Amino acid sequence: MSKKILLDKIKIPGIKTYEVYRQNGGYASVEKAMKAMTPDEVVEQVKASGLRGRGGAGFPAGLKWSFIDKKSGKPRHLVCNADESEPGTFKDRYLMEFIPHLLIEGMITSSFALGANLSYIYIRGEYMWVYKILERAIAEAKAAGWLGKNILGTGYDLELYVHCGAGAYICGEETALIESLEGKRGNPRIKPPFPAVSGLWANPTVVNNVETIASVPWIVNNSGDEYAKIGIGRSTGTKLISASGHIKNPGVYEIELGLSVYEFMNSDEYLGGMSSDRPLKALVPGGSSVPILPADLIYKTANGEDRLMSYESLSDGGFATGSMLGSGGFIVYDDTSCIVRNTWNFARFYHHESCGQCSPCREGTGWLEKVLWRIENGQGREEDIDLLWSIQSKIEGNTICPLGDAASWPVAAAIRHFRDEFEYHVRFPEKIKNRNHFVAEPFEKVKHLVSKVIV
Amino acid sequence: MERTHYKQEINMTEALMTRINELISHYPEDKRKSALLPVLHEVQDAHDNWLSTELMNKVAEIIQILPIEVYEVVSFYSMYNQKPVGKFLFEFCHTSPCCLNGTEDLMDYTCEKLGVKTGEITADGLFEVKGVECLGACGYAPMMQLGDFYKEHLTKEKIDQLIVDCRDNKIILHDK
Amino acid sequence: MKVTIDGQAIEVEPGTTILQAARKIGGESVPPAMCYYSKLKGSGGKCRCCLVEVAKGSDADPRPMPKLMASCVTGCMDGMEINSKSSDRVKEARESVTEFLLINHPLDCPVCDQAGECDLQDLSFEHGKAKSRFIEEKRTFEPENIGPNIQLHMNRCILCYRCVMVADQLTDNRVHGVMDRGDHSNISTCISKAIDNEFSGNMIDVCPVGALTDKTFRFKSRVWFNKPYNAHRECTTPGCCGKTTLWMFGDEIQRVTGRKDVYHEVEEFICNECRFDHKTPADWVIEGPRAFDKDSVINQNNYTQELETVVIATEEGILKGREQDRKKISMPAIPLNKDEEADFKHGNI
Repeated sequence: MSKKILLDKIKIPGIKTYEVYRQNGGYASVEKAMKAMTPDEVVEQVKASGLRGRGGAGFPAGLKWSFIDKKSGKPRHLVCNADESEPGTFKDRYLMEFIPHLLIEGMITSSFALGANLSYIYIRGEYMWVYKILERAIAEAKAAGWLGKNILGTGYDLELYVHCGAGAYICGEETALIESLEGKRGNPRIKPPFPAVSGLWANPTVVNNVETIASVPWIVNNSGDEYAKIGIGRSTGTKLISASGHIKNPGVYEIELGLSVYEFMNSDEYLGGMSSDRPLKALVPGGSSVPILPADLIYKTANGEDRLMSYESLSDGGFATGSMLGSGGFIVYDDTSCIVRNTWNFARFYHHESCGQCSPCREGTGWLEKVLWRIENGQGREEDIDLLWSIQSKIEGNTICPLGDAASWPVAAAIRHFRDEFEYHVRFPEKIKNRNHFVAEPFEKVKHLVSKVIV
Repeated sequence: MERTHYKQEINMTEALMTRINELISHYPEDKRKSALLPVLHEVQDAHDNWLSTELMNKVAEIIQILPIEVYEVVSFYSMYNQKPVGKFLFEFCHTSPCCLNGTEDLMDYTCEKLGVKTGEITADGLFEVKGVECLGACGYAPMMQLGDFYKEHLTKEKIDQLIVDCRDNKIILHDK
Repeated sequence: MKVTIDGQAIEVEPGTTILQAARKIGGESVPPAMCYYSKLKGSGGKCRCCLVEVAKGSDADPRPMPKLMASCVTGCMDGMEINSKSSDRVKEARESVTEFLLINHPLDCPVCDQAGECDLQDLSFEHGKAKSRFIEEKRTFEPENIGPNIQLHMNRCILCYRCVMVADQLTDNRVHGVMDRGDHSNISTCISKAIDNEFSGNMIDVCPVGALTDKTFRFKSRVWFNKPYNAHRECTTPGCCGKTTLWMFGDEIQRVTGRKDVYHEVEEFICNECRFDHKTPADWVIEGPRAFDKDSVINQNNYTQELETVVIATEEGILKGREQDRKKISMPAIPLNKDEEADFKHGNI
């Protein structure tokens, strides 16, 4: 058993309630931070821990905190990003649903560190029942004196509220989230200014993922150096991984960063191998927007080293032979899954979720989807594969926010690693038409057909 | 875009207004607009899960913003409906991780069973089937959202039972 | 602060954006801008046409910026070095954006009132390709009537948000905005309301394409057949400068617009009364012809060019053709005679 930081108490009956949570050492970090530490010392501990943002980008959390503008004298805000919508990711929901007070404790400690007196948890509208759970948990915490005026007699005030979104993936981008929190359309803002200088209502704001904030109590209780001992290299601590697809035990797992992908995939403690006797075909290790990996690059990197569950190892080889840890959405495909259909499905997702503000993403995502739909339905042309490559390269890097990149990468990786499957779709339209959705003849069986055809 | 005009009875009950004022109180005095999204959820839940122009105007009046600001927001977010929907709206997640576990087949099955296509409402106004993008339950696929709740690990049998329960009014849609 | 754009150095005030600095230099280094409008606060950053390469961040931090930056919203730093026209990456990005803007555009320039003064035409002339790679069905929108003065063609819109900013910043009680999201975002009042604010006509002037055009000028003339004159009147509307450009055909005022500079931005905004209600020359003090860029299509009809009288000698030819065709299409009852057969070989027309 590897070390658990976030989920170690999840099995305790009644941990959802304030009493049980408190009895099991809950809110100790708030006491410690407010009574024995200064806000800057908390920030220093988080910096020392090497904790990296768990939302996908992996930006060091302590560094982000240290950017917050304290000089202007404006009120500061901490906003928790619980707008979890990356396909393949469902870890934050698990944490909030089963141990809501951990997030609230993290919010209080972190707000104290940042000097924020009004903080919000922005949760996606679809998680309406989790929204209610959090609302009730906040009321409990407030009744117990952890929120409100003069907390623990320190003179520090904090109000914490939950705010719900209403169905927009783009609101997971921090500036779009702030816009949405202000009651506007979720259009990402142009940076700079960064939220740390001008965020919510033009005040200095820090936006952090649920998992990042939930890690703070442990760091405060046990020190940043202790946290940094867990994990490997610059990937410190533990990470929640949401596993889905063709595996025996889908669900949310807490792993120590640095665990090998092979062990995570196959040991009974984690995923327990494939769901059936069909072999592994591909893996998306960090949510839909990261590049897909073909079977031969999953357990070993291109250099032949063991692939580990860490920021560095998963991105080893760049986009040519690597991928990213991203938000930890681990999607496993067996050999019956159709990569073209999967790519089209993701393209449809990004087309649907583009905010429509900047031209490359607004027009490009729709175009990608339309071309992929034709290929998937037997109306593809040979030049469409190069066209897709060209479109995605034109979107990438030219947009306001990272959604454009997120829409491009899966298409690029699918073509890079599974080009022959696209070719098969184009050359044998009658074979792929009227297939039963995702369930297809294993591509290995028909692969030889592609190489035989000379165009 | 010209939009078909549907009629809706507006009923801002006292309980609803209390909840709305509570939500508005979560934000600084001069930032009432911030409450728009949560308020729209409450108002929509109390009005058959959709928002007519009149209702949106009413919300604008309460929040003290321009009606157009409400229209802009409502049309942006996918959870707000601008026309009547089925009472029991089956929102299947049809993004890839769910589809790997047979969502598409299950959606076809549900549509066939109810005699509708996706996006259509059954003649009795009770059911509607809709494909939506990732709901964050990839490990528990196939799944759908019904009201405020998720129905996970679905099978054909579970769908059958769900339809029966809906007809018998045994399903709680909102957690108030 | 000193910045260098395409090798040309210039001194600028702190707070100047790269685009503003480039406009100070002028010439070919000026990036195209479809959504940025210097008179509208908060505009820019959306169309991505003005992307430039920052080869050196500043003297203090000389690292290049990894991504291309939108020049209209990126501030200059002391010692910054920027490549605009001179960078292949920038050229490629602009070509990409142009392609994206055009794939769903109806390309109906022949019937569009904006043609001839359209920023998208200029952009595609400079950065576009002759052939489209887009074979899918184009996205379209239902037409919406937004009142008697302004014509909305949503299909042509590139979503620059300028008209929304005009409504926000020049008028109170904005009634139109951006609806829906993604590639179905559209400019609409949502409830088909007439936009009738006293300054709403400026939406037409700020629109870079033919999405918002003057209804009172609709299909009246191609813009290059009009002669533009600077004119002014004593306008009593608060906030209106009364200084306009009149677009005349003979003695008829066909259209009134604000005075636009070389970047097609109005110098000052005008009210709807000036724009729509004064179409007789007696209402105006005409100052003289309005100057345009050397290359502008408007100059095709300039004031100094000697115009030759064009005689259209079709009448005779048409009739002759008809008679010959009638024979040729072969009503067997009227066969060709020998001479005619020599002129027209069978099946050759």
